[in-house]
Amino acid sequence: MAVVSEQGAAPAAGGTPGPGTKGPRARWATHLVRPAIVVVALVVLYLYVSSRQLDSIERRSLNAAYILSRTWQHVQLTAIVSVIILLVAVPLGVLLTRDGVSRFSGPVLTLANISQAIPSIGLIVLFAVAFLSLPVYAIAVLAFVIHGVLPIVRNTIAGIGQVDRSVIEAARGMGMTKLGVLVSVELPLAVPVILAGVRTTLTITTGTVALATFIGAGGLGDIISNGLASNRNIVLVTGSVLVAALALLIDWLAAIAEDNLAPRGV
Amino acid sequence: MPENGRTDTGPTAEPMIRLEQLTKRYPGQDRPAVDRLDLDVPPGEIVVLLGPSGCGKTTTMKLINRLIEPTSGTILLDGEDVTRADPDALRRRIGYAIQQTGLFPHRSVADNVATVPRMLGWDRKRVAGRVDELLTLVGLDPDTYRGRLPRQLSGGQQQRVGVARALGADPEVMLMDEPFGAIDPLTRETLQNEFLRIQSELGKTIVFVTHDIDEAVKMGDRIAIFNAGSGIEQYDTPERILTEPATPFVSEFVGSGAAIKRLTLSRVGDVPVPDWPSIGQDTHRDERAAAVRAGAREFLPLLDADRRPLGWVPADASGDVLDRGLPIVTRIGPGDSLFAALDAMLAANSSAVVVVDDAGAYRGVLDLETILSTVHTDAGPAVPRPGTVATPGTV
Ligand SMILES: Nc1ncnc2c1ncn2[C@@H]1O[C@H](COP(=O)(O)OP(=O)(O)OP(=O)(O)O)[C@@H](O)[C@H]1O
Ligand SMILES: [Mg+2]
Repeated sequence: MAVVSEQGAAPAAGGTPGPGTKGPRARWATHLVRPAIVVVALVVLYLYVSSRQLDSIERRSLNAAYILSRTWQHVQLTAIVSVIILLVAVPLGVLLTRDGVSRFSGPVLTLANISQAIPSIGLIVLFAVAFLSLPVYAIAVLAFVIHGVLPIVRNTIAGIGQVDRSVIEAARGMGMTKLGVLVSVELPLAVPVILAGVRTTLTITTGTVALATFIGAGGLGDIISNGLASNRNIVLVTGSVLVAALALLIDWLAAIAEDNLAPRGV
Repeated sequence: MPENGRTDTGPTAEPMIRLEQLTKRYPGQDRPAVDRLDLDVPPGEIVVLLGPSGCGKTTTMKLINRLIEPTSGTILLDGEDVTRADPDALRRRIGYAIQQTGLFPHRSVADNVATVPRMLGWDRKRVAGRVDELLTLVGLDPDTYRGRLPRQLSGGQQQRVGVARALGADPEVMLMDEPFGAIDPLTRETLQNEFLRIQSELGKTIVFVTHDIDEAVKMGDRIAIFNAGSGIEQYDTPERILTEPATPFVSEFVGSGAAIKRLTLSRVGDVPVPDWPSIGQDTHRDERAAAVRAGAREFLPLLDADRRPLGWVPADASGDVLDRGLPIVTRIGPGDSLFAALDAMLAANSSAVVVVDDAGAYRGVLDLETILSTVHTDAGPAVPRPGTVATPGTV
């Protein structure tokens, strides 16, 4: 079973070298690259913006209070969506590896693939039209959850699937219950692969949440759409750089989590 | 007799494991993997399941601990029908060791070994004590290895941990599926010997799977030979399987060299070692060569004050050789097999090897003739032919 990562940044099982193949020093060096890029980008952006004389329209978007509130909205929305995805995707992935249910994993993955292939903007507008009665926030969350669920489901299935059969068999042979095997053998050994999926999902979600603005659910997308609507490139660029910087930061945190949450010995 | 596993020669004790008409048919397979199998495993014995690949050995094992549910038939454990008992509880009573070891890669050696005791709810202190005891038993120093991860161990060490883990809560019954497979022959032999030593202390009832006849002969109190159709061709002691193969299949499976294999079964201690005169160290050195010439042997062993052999004194000895003798390459103990004795002779290019007791004191000399006569006698260890035994006594 292939673990495909959408973004080059997310390592998958057996793909890019994971923790353990590099020394801790080299690992820390790579961990420092992302925040460094983010800091440089933000400083350049700040210098550029502050060197310019802003008109009143630009000032409406480019002030600290507005940027902070939109960033905070963006982070909140990303966090809520990601937590829901995690709560749905991991149990779904686990379920699809259980005896008797595993034969449905193919169809479910196909479905998840299709849902991810639909552009999020289409999904979000479709949902907004289909569920007019729902609050916009709920629609946004639902659309993003559906869009980001695939990597974790797939990696949960792959992560559990790559656990050595003989380890599971020995555990069962010693009288460990099925639940016991899942909790203390299969899931811990699948953690690295699941985390790679989580990382992919986080990055995807941070990007797609920018689309929430189109149904009025806020986030950094507001700054981008302000720039587009008022034809102010400086606003557009600021919004885009902020989304990218946030995505990089979240990916950075996820990479650190990945390194530290993997069980030793794997 | 050949087609069923009931022991008619065995002890009268109730079998620890009894399989009755046990059958497993995997879905989608036209032939059952295990077909109406009857087998009794007496308590305290190692029963080896031996047979060609795919004959159902592993399936039989997994039927016993219900990792696989039987299609039909009955499993009795210590007289109790466990065919429908709670499988998880059943498995905690049965040790299970497999070739791939199946150690938890993310848990320390200690945690691995503690698996079953913890499931049984032992308290922390008792578990820790048990882990150390088991690691020591399988020859791993607890302080060194307790905290290691499986990948920090060699293959042989991993298999030791696998065995220790299977012994976890001191189960009466152990199932071992090629537990010493996939390691180099030397380590394998060490593990076999150590396991036999452990077994002589613990006296577990063990079902042991192998496809190696030599391992079967060495480990088994009894061997069940399966044919490709998963029927039992012969269920018997290793001696009888080697000397009286019940069917052509068995003789073919045992293969050539059955006589040599029998040598691995006979202990030096079980054969009357021809007494061979020796020379005490108190004998004056000038009289030593003469003493050899006076007897029928070309060499006599020189013993120290504790009767430990120092060296060989030849009839034409002179100089230093009179003081210490020629060096003795190998000393054989009563627990060594005749095969080991023969091997030592071939290695030393000699037709005799010194036998000592466990304390290292001289017991006699085993010669080629004695070994040959053992091979040629069908019933058990041979009595040495007259003429090969020299008059006992010290010169
Ligand atoms: N899960 C399964 N599903 C279907 N058939 C199986 C299954 N496991 C084993 N078999 C078949 O049952 C037969 C017996 O297999 P088993 O593993 O018991 O053989 P074995 O004697 O242990 O062989 P080996 O010495 O190679 O380990 C084989 O023909 C095998 O193909
Ligand atoms: Mg097998």
